[in-house]
Amino acid sequence: MYVRASDIEDLVRELCIKAAIELPGDVALALLEASRKETSALGREILGALLKNAEFARERRIPICQDTGLTYVFLDVGRDVRIEGDLKEAVTRGVARGYQEGYLRKSVVKDPLFHRENTGDNTPPVIHIDIVPGSDVKVTVLPKGTGSENMSAIKMLTPSAGPQGVMDFVLETVRQGGPNACPPLVVGVGVGGMMDTAAFLAKKALLRPVGDSNPDPEIASMERQLLTAINNLGIGPGGFGGSTTALAVHIETYPTHIGALPVAVNLQCHAARRATGVLRGAEKPCSKERDTGSSGTGL
Amino acid sequence: MFERKGHGEFWDGALRVSVPFTGAGPLKRLKAGTKVLLSGTVYTARDAAHKRMVEALEKGEELPFPLDGQVIYYAGPCPAPPGRVIGSLGPTTSGRIDVYAPRLCAAGLKGMIGKGKRSKAVLRAIAKYGAVYFATIGGAGALLSEAVKEAELVAYPDLGPEAIYRLEIVDFPALIAVDPMGRDMYDR
Repeated sequence: MYVRASDIEDLVRELCIKAAIELPGDVALALLEASRKETSALGREILGALLKNAEFARERRIPICQDTGLTYVFLDVGRDVRIEGDLKEAVTRGVARGYQEGYLRKSVVKDPLFHRENTGDNTPPVIHIDIVPGSDVKVTVLPKGTGSENMSAIKMLTPSAGPQGVMDFVLETVRQGGPNACPPLVVGVGVGGMMDTAAFLAKKALLRPVGDSNPDPEIASMERQLLTAINNLGIGPGGFGGSTTALAVHIETYPTHIGALPVAVNLQCHAARRATGVLRGAEKPCSKERDTGSSGTGL
Repeated sequence: MFERKGHGEFWDGALRVSVPFTGAGPLKRLKAGTKVLLSGTVYTARDAAHKRMVEALEKGEELPFPLDGQVIYYAGPCPAPPGRVIGSLGPTTSGRIDVYAPRLCAAGLKGMIGKGKRSKAVLRAIAKYGAVYFATIGGAGALLSEAVKEAELVAYPDLGPEAIYRLEIVDFPALIAVDPMGRDMYDR
């Protein structure tokens, strides 16, 4: 089965723009539910403003938030697919075109240490590729802003810390960074593997639809307990106080070393943007077929 | 946008505040926790522009705009699409500017707009120089850009979205997060 790199480029371009402008339906729904339950009047007003902001962005075709992020592109490539062309180049070109043609902010500097010159087209993206069964290419774009990213944290706990140690670290990270990270948050937690694994899992946890639980009942219970504890911190919408500090806690795990318990907390703001599309492999080279959809259904 | 009727009367009861601040009078009325609607002229600046301004002050060079009584909005816009004055433009995290803010307050800056908590050093500078810190709604850049009626590039175009823009704003919603007495809304 064949997929053209140029089709991947076009899809990435389209998903960059869509992600920046259209808040996923699951996130909008969670904000709406929160606005009904929020105990603070100011908190309800902020949540109402966030919903109106999302509606407004969609109507005017402008980004939900000016921080259109460093662009994460996750690719699930079917193992029966042969890509016609250079995959990484195609993704990078798609990002550059999306950010230029979509009037999105270019927020990437080339050299983090000394010169910090803006690359001018938001490239390079961060690309993660997975090989999966099948003959499709699934592309997910996650623009990640720094307001929430800078408040994220990682800690190399050891086994004696146990589940309680993990929960304490998650709670402390939200307590410290919550008001700056544009709450209500989606809290991505990665536990296990080594340092990089935990961080990657915490990022991947942000791709899960808001409202879905981890399939493991013990982990799902921990997610619920943490969500309650975080909302009891009182940080509230916009950090101005209230009962809605997080919309969800998503925990992802991976096996780890006998001596390790790494935990990473990746905070995501209420503008929890992502967009997904799928390209179906064609029997013959030079396919054009495409099926795009978002991870949400809209407001 | 920001209409006073329908849609639950957004930012109802807010105090209307004109910026920049000339003279000490208007600042005395401002108390932490109060909702405000800001109208007038503000300048955008993020980390990179602050670094250059502080370096210029240290060298005794002229700044891109006179600081006296002015208000800086910690923000970097999206490019303006056709038919709009500016792209989405919400606040960035103020904490990153904490290292530069006291120097600018000492040089006459009276107001800052951003999101999130400030350092103890900034609270002290705000109280010492009688300045004010406004927090607005993080992540509501589409809505907030509606309050911007004019935008003009003033300095540091090479910084791209981090360049300094002069904005004319009307009824820009915010909260007084730290008042001129140094009282902190986040500390309650």
